[in-house]
Amino acid sequence: MSDVKTEQMQPHSTDGKMNMQGPIAVVGVIALGASMVFLAGQGLSSYVITLLALLFINAALAVSLTLTNGLTGLFSLGHPAFMTIGAYVAAILTFSARRKGSMLPALPEWLATTELSMLPALLIAGIAGGLVALAVGGAVLRLKGHYLAVATLGLIIVVQGLATNWDGITRGGSGISGLPRHVDIWWAFAFLVVVVFVTWRIKFSSLGRAMMAVRENELAAECSGINASRLKILAFVIGAIMAAMAGALLSHLISVVTPKTYSVLLAFNIVVMVVIGGSGSIFGAIVAATAITILSESLRPVEESIGLYGMSQVIVALCLIIVLYLKPSGLFGSNEPRSLRKLFGQRV
Amino acid sequence: MTQYLFQQIINGLALGSLYALVAIGFSMIYGIVRLINFAHGDLVMIGSFSTLALVAAGIPWPLILLFVLAVGAMAGMMIETVVFRPMRGSSQVTGFIATLAVSIAIQNSALMVLTGQPRNFLFPAYMRQRLELGGVSASLTDIIIIVLTLLLIAGLFLIVYRTRLGTAMRATAENLTAARLMGVAVNRTILAAFAIGSALAAVSGLFWGGKFGQIDPLLGFVPGLKAFVACVIGGVGSIGGAMMGGYILGLAEVLFVGLLPQEYSGYRDTFVFLLLIVILLVRPSGLFVRQSGERA
Repeated sequence: MSDVKTEQMQPHSTDGKMNMQGPIAVVGVIALGASMVFLAGQGLSSYVITLLALLFINAALAVSLTLTNGLTGLFSLGHPAFMTIGAYVAAILTFSARRKGSMLPALPEWLATTELSMLPALLIAGIAGGLVALAVGGAVLRLKGHYLAVATLGLIIVVQGLATNWDGITRGGSGISGLPRHVDIWWAFAFLVVVVFVTWRIKFSSLGRAMMAVRENELAAECSGINASRLKILAFVIGAIMAAMAGALLSHLISVVTPKTYSVLLAFNIVVMVVIGGSGSIFGAIVAATAITILSESLRPVEESIGLYGMSQVIVALCLIIVLYLKPSGLFGSNEPRSLRKLFGQRV
Repeated sequence: MTQYLFQQIINGLALGSLYALVAIGFSMIYGIVRLINFAHGDLVMIGSFSTLALVAAGIPWPLILLFVLAVGAMAGMMIETVVFRPMRGSSQVTGFIATLAVSIAIQNSALMVLTGQPRNFLFPAYMRQRLELGGVSASLTDIIIIVLTLLLIAGLFLIVYRTRLGTAMRATAENLTAARLMGVAVNRTILAAFAIGSALAAVSGLFWGGKFGQIDPLLGFVPGLKAFVACVIGGVGSIGGAMMGGYILGLAEVLFVGLLPQEYSGYRDTFVFLLLIVILLVRPSGLFVRQSGERA
């Protein structure tokens, strides 16, 4: 990261003057969102509130994949692998020490007696995901395009295999259930805000421009002094940290994690959100995540009433094919809407 | 011990045949349109469910084999015309996402129509007996799978190396534009490659049911991924390499389960995909293809 910073071209005009409009807009938008979440908490049923939390986490997932797949052009399908890692790490940390002894007999002594609250568990989950991504990334990121996609798909299966078979630590196929329900809509909202903020800052910095340069033409980017492989690992690791945290949050929202909770189907759905929104567009990822989450959740009762399970997924897949066919660059291309960029004081 | 090992090897060759049949189609399609067709594995599922339907309709087995070949070919041609032809010329990743979408759509449509309930699938009793030969025994199902697979592959090699269509395919794989300039009907050739590859995958589905006894709408996913691993082992784009890759993978998987203590057998898929990652890193163009300058 550091060498990219030092090698950057002339600083962009954004940071030249003391421009307070951006930060004020950020605080304003967050306050607006928070008050809406508060109002939702007053008036809506707990089902809808959980759904909103799910939507926020899905949006955060899509945005985090935007960083890896969209901005840097690494076609990774590995998000569920990191989510699973994060979910299990956090689950083991927050699980009640009283029940660990009988349920997870192979845990080392110090782990069996620890019982953390959500925030430290979440951070450690993120670190664990990031470390795995660092270890794996050094190897798999030498691959390109669909080879990388399949290798990361393999990673999901490797992680699932470990989670299924490492009985004493993960309780095998039955998974860990009865997790403390630490996560509510506020956690999900805060997480979405942090993920969007971090991704936005990265995108509109020299780092983000370097990432897009790698996406467009790796060789040319290298020639202009960008250390492409280091940048790719960075994008992969940041995406993985966010994914691992999302996994930890999701599993504490639904209070269970099994080896199959985060599957290839989820990887597909997140990729669909990124592609439909436009690879590299944060706003697009949020819009697409919202649309697809609402679509599949509202179709669920229909599926159940007429017994056609799988229908929503067929519709999502068809939507994707149609978008790829008509507008391969997605709804928003690689851009953010002009009004948003103006609001947050970015001139790109 | 030799008895046990012999059985494991027959078992591995049968499993390898299943992978090889899928991997060959995978490799043919990649070789010609440079597209990793993710939906290829789902043709295995289509093949096994069509077999089930044909058995229920009381059709004799040799005819079933032919019908399944035809069903696979038609499904492959349909996928090619409806989805992949309009996308030709777009980027590799776009194509890959599209095939992933097709795969998800096929799987979930099958779930809608057939429900997730696994179905029992049995070859008739005379195909399931055990064969004794000089102190070693093997299941007849495995032998049938191995022999028929080798016959199909031999037929495929005849098509690819002895017919005009095969010449056109090899030319298109070499250089699509040049082949078109030389008067090769490229679209028809690509369609034929999809048809042949998909037919082989569907037959693999027929065998899959016979070997494992149970089928469900999502069964194609893992064989599809493993066929990709087999391709990578042999070198993506090479038909012979895909075949060898399939057999190596089948043997490796069976020996991994058979020779290691019981408690490791759950890790078979983990092992396969670690193998994939290692091979991609060490020899990205496969074990049987000359290393070229271009990296995967």
